[in-house]
Amino acid sequence: MTLTQQPPAPATGEARGGATRLVDRVFRIREVAILLVFLVMIAITQAGNSQFLSEQGVKDLLLNATILVLVATGQALVVISRNVDLSVGSTLGISAFAAGDYLQGGGDSFLALLLAVALGIGCGLLNGALVSLGQVPALVVTLGTLYVIRGVDSIWVGSRQITASDLPGPFTDFGSGGLGALPYLALIALAVVVAVAYYLRHFGGGRELYALGSNPEAARLAGIPVRRRILAAYTACGALSGLAGALYLARFGNVDSATGNGYELTVVSAVVVGGVAFTGGAGSVYGAALGALLLTSVNSVLPALGVSSVWVLAINGVLLVLAIAVDRVVALRLAAALKKRNARHG
Amino acid sequence: MTRSEPDAVPVLALEGVSKSFGAVRALRDVSLRLYAGEAHALAGENGAGKSTLIKTLAGVHRPDTGTVLLDGRPVVLHGPADARDAGVAVIYQEPTLFPDLSVAENVFMGRQPRRSLGRVDHRAARTAAAALFARLGVDLDPQQPARGLSIADQQLVEIAKALSSDARVLIMDEPTAALTGSEVARLFGVVRTLREQGAAVLFISHRLEEIFRLCQRVTTLRDGALVASDLLGDPQGRRAPESGGSGASGGSGSTGGSGGSGGSDRPAGSGGAAGPADAADGAGAPGGRGLTEDDLVRRMVGRDLDELYPKQDTPIGEVALDVRQLTREGVFTDVSFTVRHGEIVGLAGLVGAGRSEVARAVFGVDRWDAGSVHVDGRPLTNGAPSIAMAAGLALVPEDRRAQGLVMGMSIERNVNLTALTGLGGTVRGGLMDRRAERSRALDWAVRLQVKYAALADAVGTLSGGNQQKVVLAKWLATTPKVLIVDEPTRGIDVGTKAEVHRLLSRLAADGVAVLMISSDLPEVLGMADRVLVMHEGRLTAEIPRAGATEESVMAAATGRGTTGRAA
Repeated sequence: MTLTQQPPAPATGEARGGATRLVDRVFRIREVAILLVFLVMIAITQAGNSQFLSEQGVKDLLLNATILVLVATGQALVVISRNVDLSVGSTLGISAFAAGDYLQGGGDSFLALLLAVALGIGCGLLNGALVSLGQVPALVVTLGTLYVIRGVDSIWVGSRQITASDLPGPFTDFGSGGLGALPYLALIALAVVVAVAYYLRHFGGGRELYALGSNPEAARLAGIPVRRRILAAYTACGALSGLAGALYLARFGNVDSATGNGYELTVVSAVVVGGVAFTGGAGSVYGAALGALLLTSVNSVLPALGVSSVWVLAINGVLLVLAIAVDRVVALRLAAALKKRNARHG
Repeated sequence: MTRSEPDAVPVLALEGVSKSFGAVRALRDVSLRLYAGEAHALAGENGAGKSTLIKTLAGVHRPDTGTVLLDGRPVVLHGPADARDAGVAVIYQEPTLFPDLSVAENVFMGRQPRRSLGRVDHRAARTAAAALFARLGVDLDPQQPARGLSIADQQLVEIAKALSSDARVLIMDEPTAALTGSEVARLFGVVRTLREQGAAVLFISHRLEEIFRLCQRVTTLRDGALVASDLLGDPQGRRAPESGGSGASGGSGSTGGSGGSGGSDRPAGSGGAAGPADAADGAGAPGGRGLTEDDLVRRMVGRDLDELYPKQDTPIGEVALDVRQLTREGVFTDVSFTVRHGEIVGLAGLVGAGRSEVARAVFGVDRWDAGSVHVDGRPLTNGAPSIAMAAGLALVPEDRRAQGLVMGMSIERNVNLTALTGLGGTVRGGLMDRRAERSRALDWAVRLQVKYAALADAVGTLSGGNQQKVVLAKWLATTPKVLIVDEPTRGIDVGTKAEVHRLLSRLAADGVAVLMISSDLPEVLGMADRVLVMHEGRLTAEIPRAGATEESVMAAATGRGTTGRAA
C-alpha cells in the first residue's frame, strides 16, 4: 500500500553511450594526470639541471621511490576497502630491525627478507582481526596498533642501532645495485605493483575489495565474506610493509627504534594523491604507486634546482590538497552531468 | 511444472519464526511455506514485518526462535552467502548497488564467471549481463558504472542480479514500484517462465492487482504476526489466477472471487509476456471493486479504516503557508500551493517525485532557485531554517534515525533540541535550564503517550513508533503554525499509527496548518482535506477530499492524466 519511485522513461542508447564515455574518461584520467605532472616536473628539472637525469640520477630517483611505492601499494588495498592502516610505519620499522638483528647474528639474507615479511604479516593479521571482528573504526584501531607496535619496537631495540657495516656485503650490495639505471629494489616494487594491480582487476577477491569499499551493506547482502576480505587486505598491507622494511634495511643499512616514524602519513598522502578514494571503492594501485613516485621525486627535484629542501613538506601538502580538490571538482561535474542526463530522460 | 499440493514438501519454509530488534517485535511466530512452481504473495501494511521476513529467508537475520526449512530439512543460514548457495535470490526494495563498479560487475558480484586460474571473466560477465537485459527488454550498457543510474534502472539491475543466479527461490520485495508498465510485463513474463520451470516465488507489491495477476497464494502479516495464508482464486472462473497452464487453482472459500479486477480478465495460463492486462500495469490499485481485494485489505489493516484515519471536520481558516512557483533546478519546478489553518493537505507522489525536496526547500534546509514562500503573509528567507522556525514552521523529516533524532542522546535532550535557539524558553542567560527541560519533556511525553522507561534513556532504545512521537514532540514544543510531516507513520505499528493520526487531526482542529507527505495512500486519502500530487518534480494534480481515490491519485502520481486501464 505504499507508493514508491517514479518510472523514468528508458534512456536512449546514444545518450547512455555518451555518458559512459564521459564517465570512463573521468575515471581513467587520474593516473594519466599524475604521470603528466610527474613528467613535466622531471622535464623542468632536467632543463634547469642537465645532470639530473644521469644514470645515477635516475637510479636515485627510483631507489628513493621504491620503499614508498611498496607501502603505498599495500595501503591502497586497505583504503579501497574503505579502511585505513596507520600502523604501516611502525610495521616497517620493527620488520627492518628484526631483519637487521638476524643478519647481524650471521643470518641468511633471503631468510632475513622472509622474516621481515612474516613479521609484517603478523602485524597485518592483528590489524585485520581488530578491524573486522571488533567493528571499530579502522582509523582508531590502527592508531592504537601504531603505538603498540612502535612501543614493542622501542622496548626491544632500546638504544641499539644497526649500521651498514653490521650487515653482510651482498645484502647491502643488492640494496644499492641494479641493472644499469634500474635498481633491483625498483624492479621488485614494479613486480609487486603489477601483480597486485592484476589481482585487483582480474580476481574475485580483488573485485570484492572494491565492492566492499563502494557499498559495505550491499557487499554483505551480496554474500561477500566481508571479514575475510578485510583481514586479507590488512594482511597483504602488513606483508608489503614488512617487505618494505627489509628493503629499507638493504638500501640504507641504518635502522634504529625510530625507523619509519611518521611514515604512515606520507603513505596515506601518496595513496590519496594517486587517486585512490579515501571513502573506498575507487582508484588503482598504479595510481598509488605514481602518487608515491611523485611525492618522493619532489625530494630529489628541489635540490637539483637549487631550492632548499625545507620546501618539500609544504609542496607535498599542496599536492595533497590539490589532489583532493581535483577529486571534488570532478565528482561535482560528474554528478551534474549525470543529473542532466537523468533530467533529459526522466 | 508441478502444481503444489498441500502435502508437497516446500522448497523453503519458515516454522514458528520470531525476531525482535531491541524492544520491537518484528516477527511473532510466523510460518510460511514456499512451494516449487508457485508464486506466493506476501501482503501487509508498512511495518507489518514483511522486510524482516524476507531478510530472514535471505540469511541476513537469524530468527530468535523457530526454524528455516530447506527442502523440509531445518537449516541455519549463517549469512546471505548461505542463502545464495541454497538457491535463494532476493530483490530488495532498496537497490543495493556498488556505485563505483560497472553494471555488469554489480550483476555478478560475489559469483562472477571465471576463466583459467580463477580469474574473473569480465567479457563473459558483460555478455551475460547484456543477455539478461535483453531478456528483460531494457536498454542498459553493462559497462556503465552504476553511479547515476535512475531508480528504475537500479531496480532493473537488481532484478538482473536475482535472475542471473537461476535461483530455486526468487524473493521480490516491491520490485515493480519504479518500473513502467512494459517493464513490469517483461518482468512478470520472466518470472512466470522461472516459476513454470519449478522455481518458488515470493512476491511483495503494494499493487494488489499485481498480486492477483502473478500469484496463486497469499500470506498476510499484520504487526509482525501471521493473519492468514490462502489460495487466491475465483470459484466462478471469471478470472482464475495465473497458474502457468495447470489451471487447477481451486480457490479456497475464504478468499472469495477476485471480482472484476480491472482489465485483467483472461483465461488461466495465458502467461504471455505482454498481454493487454500486463500493459495496463499496476497503476492501479483495484479500488476496492473485488471482494477478494477487500478481504485482503481488511486482513492487512485488521480494523476499519475510519478508526485508523480519524480526521475530524474542522473549520478551515486563512492561508497559513503559501508557496509560489518554487523551483530548485533539476529537482522540482514551478511548485505552487497553499495550506490553510485547520487544514491537512496530503502531498502524494512516487518516491523520487520531489516531495521531500520541496519540504526541505520550504523549511530552508535546501536553497530554492526561484519562487517564494510565505507564512501568514510574511515571506521567508531562502535557505534559512532558523527564520522558518521563528515564523512558525516545523518540519518532521522523513528519516527519523538520520534526520529527526540524535539516537544516542536522551529522550529529554532530544525533545529540547528545538529549544536551544530559545524558541521554547528552556534556555536562560545562554545556559540550558535542566529543570525547564525536564518538565517540558515530561509534559510532551505524557501528551503524546510516549512509552519509555526513563526520560534519561537514549532515544535509540525506543520502538519506531515512540521514536516518531519524540520527533513530533520536539517540533510541537515550538508551537508551530505550520507543521510539515514527511512520512509520519513509516515503519511504525498500526496502533501507534492511529495515535499519530489522531494527533495530527487534533492539531488541525487547533488551527495548525498541516502538510503531510506520505507514500501510504490510504493514509493520504483518510487524513487529507485536499491531496496534492507530484510527478517528476512538478505538481500534477490538486484533488479535493471528495474526489480523491486511489486511482485518481495514482494516475496523477504516475503522470497519466486519466486512469491507465487498458482493457
